[in-house]
Amino acid sequence: MLLRRYASIYSALWKNSVSREMAFKVNFLLWIIVDLLWFTLQICFFSVIYSHTDKIGDWSKWEVILLAGAGNFIQQIFVALFQTNMVHMSEHVRTGRLDFLLLLPVNTRFIVSLRQPDLNAYVTGALAVAVMVYAGVRLELSPSPAAIAGFLVLCAAGVLIHYSMMFMISCACFWTVRAEGIVWGYYHLLQVSRQPDAAFSGAFRIFFTFVVPMILVANVPAKLLADKIKSPFEMLLLLGMSGVMFLMSEAVWRYSMKRYRSASS
Amino acid sequence: MKKYWRLFSVGIQNTLVYRANFLFRSVFGLIPLFATLSLWRAVYAGKQGDIAGYTLGSMISYYLVVTIVDALTAVTEDDWQIAGDIRGGQLSQLLLKPLDHLAYRLTLYAAGRVVFVVCAIVPVGVFIFFHREHLVVPADALTFGAFLISLVLTAFLQFFISYTMALLAFWVLEVSTFIFILYSFEYIAGGHLFPLDILPPVLVKALHYTPFPYELFFPVNVYLGRVTGEALWKGLLIQFCWVAVAYLAARFVWARGVRHYGAVGG
Repeated sequence: MLLRRYASIYSALWKNSVSREMAFKVNFLLWIIVDLLWFTLQICFFSVIYSHTDKIGDWSKWEVILLAGAGNFIQQIFVALFQTNMVHMSEHVRTGRLDFLLLLPVNTRFIVSLRQPDLNAYVTGALAVAVMVYAGVRLELSPSPAAIAGFLVLCAAGVLIHYSMMFMISCACFWTVRAEGIVWGYYHLLQVSRQPDAAFSGAFRIFFTFVVPMILVANVPAKLLADKIKSPFEMLLLLGMSGVMFLMSEAVWRYSMKRYRSASS
Repeated sequence: MKKYWRLFSVGIQNTLVYRANFLFRSVFGLIPLFATLSLWRAVYAGKQGDIAGYTLGSMISYYLVVTIVDALTAVTEDDWQIAGDIRGGQLSQLLLKPLDHLAYRLTLYAAGRVVFVVCAIVPVGVFIFFHREHLVVPADALTFGAFLISLVLTAFLQFFISYTMALLAFWVLEVSTFIFILYSFEYIAGGHLFPLDILPPVLVKALHYTPFPYELFFPVNVYLGRVTGEALWKGLLIQFCWVAVAYLAARFVWARGVRHYGAVGG
């Protein structure tokens, strides 16, 4: 019952988004081009590196491209569902618009996180899937349905990590008011997630695995597809970290809400 | 001239408000750089010999100098502000002032860079300190002088290109996509992501017919002493020509744009 209510709210938000995007069709297409350019750029970077070497650690060229595809896919799903809303959070707090959202008879975190879906990310996400399929063909992979299901579950965990991290960062706006700069800083971290884990070592690797689990997000699902997982512990770690991150973000959210004193009234 | 000095100091005071923002930006910006260096370490660990003349050490020095040149010359907020002024109609009050808009924005850009460098000096300094064995100094005073000249030209080139791009806001409502497309070209064809000369020679040659290498790759190469003699002077001349072209384009687009300006909300 509750679920159905939320599903109908979400579909209304979706319809809203479609009509908004259709008002700026050219812009919609241009954003897809921008995303594609940046994705191509990463693939160019790796192609250039692999024109001079055969392996980075134990990663071959097409494995890394599979990884770039998986990283981009996870990122685009995150963008599609949450990103715009994370950027808008500080705006809600600064202008006091959060008051109205608090008054709505729905869970506030739900509406704050999902109010505005980003439709063109679905298109770029689909292209990331195409890249993954192509890389998979080149690697002669034939994953079982179970492996694909596992891959999707791990991707969901990755999206949850991106969302929880970004949500916590956005909550900084309850203190600093202008948090856009910090939010965009997260994009630098995303770059770490698209690189093969073999490139990292020492304190950097520990930090980006256990504190900010950026290295796990795309590496673990891509390794599952490419049959590179050495122990199931890696998968459990990703799932566990996503749970921990989500609980932490909920704690931060509750703490921030206690601090909220409305700006306009 | 005096009014632009006043403007410069006002610009510094205004951007000081964003000092925390700048600090975050420079710290976060070091993370992908660190990741890229780790990636190259892993690449060199798995193979023998160098890559297109780059040893691991010279590859790291390349990225360190890129970081320095980028901190000194990158256009960060300026293009968004210029476009925002046009779209929001705030440009009207600037037009009423006895200021030349290009000189006005150039002064603010310079002020912004000064504040950014001051904010970034600690994080970037610490980062370079940890890699100090790879930080080379220019071979001689002549090289250093040539580097300074090309650094100034790079700053002008980056600014004029971004300025012209931002002026598209006179005709289109939303310029962010155009700005991001330009960024992506600057990022890869400017040598930000990797030194251009590891690409196939034909491609390197083709890229040198575009202004992008002169926005970053060229001054870095001058600093590292990879361009010398005749190539150096020729390069500086070409860079100067690109600056001139970009300047004329900026003036031309501005003249056309102002006539088209609708003064929204004004």
